[in-house]
Amino acid sequence: MVKFKIRDLDVWFGPTHAIKQVNMEIQSHEILSVIGPSNSGKTTFLRTLNRLSDLHASFRMSGIVEMERVDTRGMDVETLRRKIGMVFALPLPLPLSIFENVAYGIRMQGVKNRKTLEEKVEEALQQGYLWDEVKDRLDESAFKLSGGQQQRLCIARTLAVQPEVILFDEPCSGLDPISTAKVEDAMVELKKKYTIILVTNNVKQAARVGDKTAFFLSGELVELDRTDKIFTAPQDQRTEDYISGKFG
Amino acid sequence: MRKIKEFVIEKLILLSGLASIFFVILIFLFLLKEGLALFKITSPFDFLFGKSWYPISEPPQLGILPLILGSLLVTVGAAVISVPIGVGCAVYIAEVAPLKIREVLKAGIELLAAIPSVVLGFIGMVTLVPLVKNVFHLPTGLTALSGSIMLAFMAMPTIVSIAEDALYSVPKTYKEGAFALGATHWQTIWRVMLPAASSGILAAVMLGIGRVIGETMAVMMITGNAAVIPHSILVPVRTLTATIAAEMGEAVVGSEHYFALFAIGIVLFVISFAINVTADLCLHKKQS
Repeated sequence: MVKFKIRDLDVWFGPTHAIKQVNMEIQSHEILSVIGPSNSGKTTFLRTLNRLSDLHASFRMSGIVEMERVDTRGMDVETLRRKIGMVFALPLPLPLSIFENVAYGIRMQGVKNRKTLEEKVEEALQQGYLWDEVKDRLDESAFKLSGGQQQRLCIARTLAVQPEVILFDEPCSGLDPISTAKVEDAMVELKKKYTIILVTNNVKQAARVGDKTAFFLSGELVELDRTDKIFTAPQDQRTEDYISGKFG
Repeated sequence: MRKIKEFVIEKLILLSGLASIFFVILIFLFLLKEGLALFKITSPFDFLFGKSWYPISEPPQLGILPLILGSLLVTVGAAVISVPIGVGCAVYIAEVAPLKIREVLKAGIELLAAIPSVVLGFIGMVTLVPLVKNVFHLPTGLTALSGSIMLAFMAMPTIVSIAEDALYSVPKTYKEGAFALGATHWQTIWRVMLPAASSGILAAVMLGIGRVIGETMAVMMITGNAAVIPHSILVPVRTLTATIAAEMGEAVVGSEHYFALFAIGIVLFVISFAINVTADLCLHKKQS
């Protein structure tokens, strides 16, 4: 099933043309990795999907981003962002306890019952592969967790509001290899229930977890194909140069 | 030659640095010397908790409880008015206002801070005082309430500008994190921005209150200056500061009255110091 359909997408920040004429479809229940050098428009692309780019005063776009055949610009922005969860590059827990970080989004949906809240928080933390490490200290500040734990807390927080899509913006850039492996495991597990779009600077990570891979360069979508094809027989010379490390 | 120049400049800067501390210590010592002399005549307990202030009766009665309560009443009243409005204004400027309105508001707030307090007191006297009198059907509009309203105006610039700084310095990532979860703007402000900026906002409130408690001119002009224990906010009161300002000129040097005014100065000094230290601790907590 097609989750996102993007047609003729252009994005500007002031005079900077950040995304140029991008057309693509994103299927549900798969992981799409987005790779490319820095300043290639990967993160902008991600933030345009959940309309977080709108927060920028100088943001302008043209073209259409459809989610399940509905133009996202016509949707209520809070509803859209609840359907599309996002995990950022730096883990950013809110200045609250571990429990409250996860409960935040659930409370926002209007859940007040303590019991329901506790059940949902536990479920989210288990899905984020964090429950066993924090179950005895849910009332501690989230800042006391290690970087990898904080990132999994952010994943759990995102899952708690039951989104349909999860955007990962270089989720492992600040993590050690073991924490990275745990986050990757979580992603592969999550794709059964969610659509996942992963922006990464780590080409090997894209090869490990992505079902499909998109290569961005200077705001253009150079190539989008199944991951094994991109990494064994890319159609475009620039893609080959990038994944083989000739530039980047 | 260059070395000598360096040396001289370095020492000059050192001197200027030390001067400020030196003067504070001098002032404090002088205050202590003149103020503590009072306690050879009156006990500290009678001074702080005495219910009547008749400094020129014979023998003089030097209880400052009515003055302390007057200051507290006016200050609490001012805080109740200025804190919600000030913090609300800061939230509006930092989070909601479009760029142009933000600039205009900030300039306006700075202008408010630039109005001399005697001018504010004068305006309060001719506008606010009759208003309070008519609205509450009082024999006089010179009340603690009038003082509180006037002082709220004076505390507001401090509260707004420091609270706005605190909100502004909350990492943008917090806001994005909340938005990405589908929070509305208000939910983000209430559940994320305000808690994250809370220590800075608390400091803003404390500094605003510090300004209020030390304010003299405007309160003296519009609170009525009756040194009796106030039983409501609609009666005239006299504050610690106004007492010193009004009576220092006529107190005989070396008299009990004279020493008592200095002792009031010590009380004020201690209160301001406590408030500033609290504000500092709040700000410090934010940085660590």
